[in-house]
Amino acid sequence: MAKQILSSTINGEAVEVLVQPYETLLDALRENLGLTGPKEGCGTGDCGACTVHLDGKPVASCLMLAVQARRRSVTTIEGLSDNGVLHPLQDAFVRHGVPQCGFCIPGVLMAAAALLAEHPKPSEEEIRYGIAGNLCRCTGYTKMITAITEAAQAAAAPRSA
Amino acid sequence: MRRFEVALPEDLDECLRFLADRGPESKLLAGGTDLLPQMKNGVTTPKHVIDLTGVARVHLLESEAKAGLRIGSAVPARQVELDARVRNGYAAIADAAALIGSVQVRNLASVGGNLCNAAPSADMAPPLLALEAQAAIAGPKGERRVPLSDFFAGVRKTVLGPDELLVEIVTPPPGPRSGGSYIRHTPRRELDIAVVGVASQVTLSNGVCAKARIALAAVAPTPIRATAAEAALEGKALTPELIDRAAELAVQSARPISDQRGSADFRRHLVRVLTRRTLTAALARAGA
Repeated sequence: MAKQILSSTINGEAVEVLVQPYETLLDALRENLGLTGPKEGCGTGDCGACTVHLDGKPVASCLMLAVQARRRSVTTIEGLSDNGVLHPLQDAFVRHGVPQCGFCIPGVLMAAAALLAEHPKPSEEEIRYGIAGNLCRCTGYTKMITAITEAAQAAAAPRSA
Repeated sequence: MRRFEVALPEDLDECLRFLADRGPESKLLAGGTDLLPQMKNGVTTPKHVIDLTGVARVHLLESEAKAGLRIGSAVPARQVELDARVRNGYAAIADAAALIGSVQVRNLASVGGNLCNAAPSADMAPPLLALEAQAAIAGPKGERRVPLSDFFAGVRKTVLGPDELLVEIVTPPPGPRSGGSYIRHTPRRELDIAVVGVASQVTLSNGVCAKARIALAAVAPTPIRATAAEAALEGKALTPELIDRAAELAVQSARPISDQRGSADFRRHLVRVLTRRTLTAALARAGA
């Protein structure tokens, strides 16, 4: 089993890392690159805890081989904040105390960030569909929806100096 | 996951050469949303996985007035769902693509993978059958075209040989005054598998139905057409009574089993209801 060189852009940085042919993108991120934000919940694409962005689109990183990310851009929850300034969604999640156990939260935030990039002013139904692929076993969905709605409004409002 | 080697072809020829050498012990990987869970469960244990990421030919999505819609086999469902040309000209296909998995799954799951996995419940199959799509298959002797109605050979079986690859799905343009719709029944709205799925496609001319195509999922070992229902509609005005009659005939085409998702009787009921609903929606989209 020959290891493969994986060249990708990960959280904005060009990265080269050796991966096994049978390694998932999620395992490569967590084990080889130390990016433990994405989580393995189910390993079969049902729970969304492993959600990352591939070329800006949310994907289940447990369902991809690491080599499939060659020459592509991957963003994990670690890359969502901007030089230490929290993304508006992260800020709203903190202020509303959304995380309970917290295991699903990185995946939910990446799904929500992709939703807001596509629909800056989503309806409640669009928000519910946007995070339908993310399971929270603490069942903390109500606060998530409140926080995502608020983050969308904050991003849409003109910024004060 | 059991260990395997990975092949990373950069074009179709390279992929076909690898299939010719190692086809029987290989699996083709596009979106991976069916294959990887099957490999993690040990249901499938290939020695080689051939990743299609680098094969440009299977990633094309093109629409031409005469040739129709060409969907590369590795095009993700999400891309199909959002494509304006698909939504406007081939709405039933967009309906189905929007229903597969979650957004995280749809950004990976490919149209070709949904067909090649050949589940009786495959959501992409009914609209493509109703639109009389053809499968373009590449192999060592060149390319061949197979009507999608001949593509499925049984539960999780297709006519693809071990040295062959589904390249694209070609759908002829349905023509003016046409409309289509796909609706499935699932207990949950998202991330579920169809108990029954029905697609209807109609073309109108001079106040009557010039052409009707109806296809059913999850009521037989493969997705099927309901040809008796289609024949009952053609040449007639699509009145609610005639739509009811076609729905009854569609039920007679179904050969459902009872399983954990639903009983055979419930599935027959769903075929009746969904045939009626998809025909009504198709008629509205055709501009009736």
